[in-house]
Amino acid sequence: MKKRLIALLGLTSLLVILSGCQLKQTGESITAVGSSALQPLVEAAGDRFTEDNPGQFINVQGGGSGTGLSQIQAASVEIGNSDLYAEQKSGIDPKDLVDHKVAVVGVTPVVNPEISVKNLSTDQLAKIFSGDITNWNKLGGPNQKIVVINRAQGSGTRDTFERWVMKGRSTMQAQEQDSTGMVRQIVASTPGAISYMAFPYVDKTVKTVNVDNVTPTDKNVQINKWKIWSYEHMYTNGKPTGLTAKFMTYILSDTIQDEIVGEMGYIPIKDMKVSRTLAGKVATINE
Amino acid sequence: MNNDEIRASLLKRSRASKNEIFGKVISGICITIIIGVVVSIFYFVASKGLATFFTDKVNLWKFLTGTVWNPSTNDAQGDPQVGALPMIVGSFSVTFLAAIVATPFAIGAAVFMTEISPKLGKRVLQPVIELLVGIPSVVYGFIGLSVVVPFVRRTFGGSGFGILSGTFVLFVMILPTVTSMTVDALNSVPRNYREASLALGATRWQTIYKVVLRASVSGIITAVVFGMSRAFGEALAVQMVIGNAMLLPGNLISPASTLTSVLTMGMGNSVMGSLSNNALWSLALLLLIMPLVFNILIRWIGKRGAMH
Repeated sequence: MKKRLIALLGLTSLLVILSGCQLKQTGESITAVGSSALQPLVEAAGDRFTEDNPGQFINVQGGGSGTGLSQIQAASVEIGNSDLYAEQKSGIDPKDLVDHKVAVVGVTPVVNPEISVKNLSTDQLAKIFSGDITNWNKLGGPNQKIVVINRAQGSGTRDTFERWVMKGRSTMQAQEQDSTGMVRQIVASTPGAISYMAFPYVDKTVKTVNVDNVTPTDKNVQINKWKIWSYEHMYTNGKPTGLTAKFMTYILSDTIQDEIVGEMGYIPIKDMKVSRTLAGKVATINE
Repeated sequence: MNNDEIRASLLKRSRASKNEIFGKVISGICITIIIGVVVSIFYFVASKGLATFFTDKVNLWKFLTGTVWNPSTNDAQGDPQVGALPMIVGSFSVTFLAAIVATPFAIGAAVFMTEISPKLGKRVLQPVIELLVGIPSVVYGFIGLSVVVPFVRRTFGGSGFGILSGTFVLFVMILPTVTSMTVDALNSVPRNYREASLALGATRWQTIYKVVLRASVSGIITAVVFGMSRAFGEALAVQMVIGNAMLLPGNLISPASTLTSVLTMGMGNSVMGSLSNNALWSLALLLLIMPLVFNILIRWIGKRGAMH
């Protein structure tokens, strides 16, 4: 009995020691936490980075933009990923944070494939999400109740959508989902459903809608004809140093921007023909 | 052997007593750690959850009865909009409805397993029900999303998301808990009760209905309350089918939300220390207090049952 107990204790302590070892043996590593919209991109870039630089690892975790910003503010991780400017998030002091814009992502309204409506004005869209328009027949569609599906409060995608579509009007209380995957599945299977999602997530099961007769394409985002888009930010606490700086340069390099960023449905930052400030001021980039 | 040697060997600790001290120390350490963990969890959740009321000065009454949940904006009086009533109502509705639906099934299954066909019950029904416990909640949620929600939509209308779908999913989830505890309750009814009843000429049904079930009422209620406390704390499966709209549920097929679903959705999107985060901790505190209430209820029922 006693022997077994000691063996068990020994095994447990061995596990603890070993798990401590693992971190040390793998050499250098940094952690990036935050936005789930940005996570796949950083993961892919991190894998490539490790291939090119053996022994240097990038740990990528999700958790949401809020987590990313609060973790980087507390300096408990090296990189905080966010869909939002740090200034837009309450409770974050952006003073020490350094912004690195690594990509751009467009957000498009999506509807259930059975809805025949092809185009909506920004005003109509805002009225749908504020609850003023409740039936598709008012918009030239079938006599079908509109089912609005929102993302969770504080989600980066929702903030982008509300900023450029609602423009200060408040969104009505409606269904909320905390992941784009769930939103897509629900929009695809619920008659009359409407929601919004980032370009990379759109597939055949849902239908995109033109806004003010502009189609949601990367080209239209690049010239700001399609207005609902946001930068993907990677924040560091202070100027990045060492491995963090190396990785930031790597992710902004042409190889990564062309191969991984574009491939995954994001828009490479260097392809943007315009820039947009936090306040929403748009300027053309002169090459 | 002289006196001193005997004296020394008697005063020295024997092997057995050393073992006993060793055991006491080990279990003492374990218990201390467990108590420490429980106390610190309570302290942590309470300190975060109460910050909403002390630091952010939210009125407790407004928090419990307000119907608008939008922590990032303020209402007309300049107070933050943290009304938790829609979630509280949502949580309690799915919990009670699931318990109401599950109880007859659980009692039926338990009666079958103990009174009618113990052999078949032990060999077939019990393993099946125990299997239900082992299924992860995300699987229940996924089935709910792809089977129950479309079913509710086709049968009752609406979008299919709502309290009714949540009830169906939770019903299956708490059924095994309630059933196996009801079985224990029925088994603990002394054999001579049944024998006496049968000897008086009562039929099997009369014995079950008038004697066995009556004698085990407190045990059955305990089982139901246990199931309810599991339903109350379930997050993932409910979140997938209830629709997560922070609205007071007008009917059973309109989207609603529960305390747990709001919590899991909002945590990643709010910043530690901000009001929206603190408000979520207040919901967590509510979720922590409710099982306590359920536990007290169970003890109270147990005591009352013991007196009869």
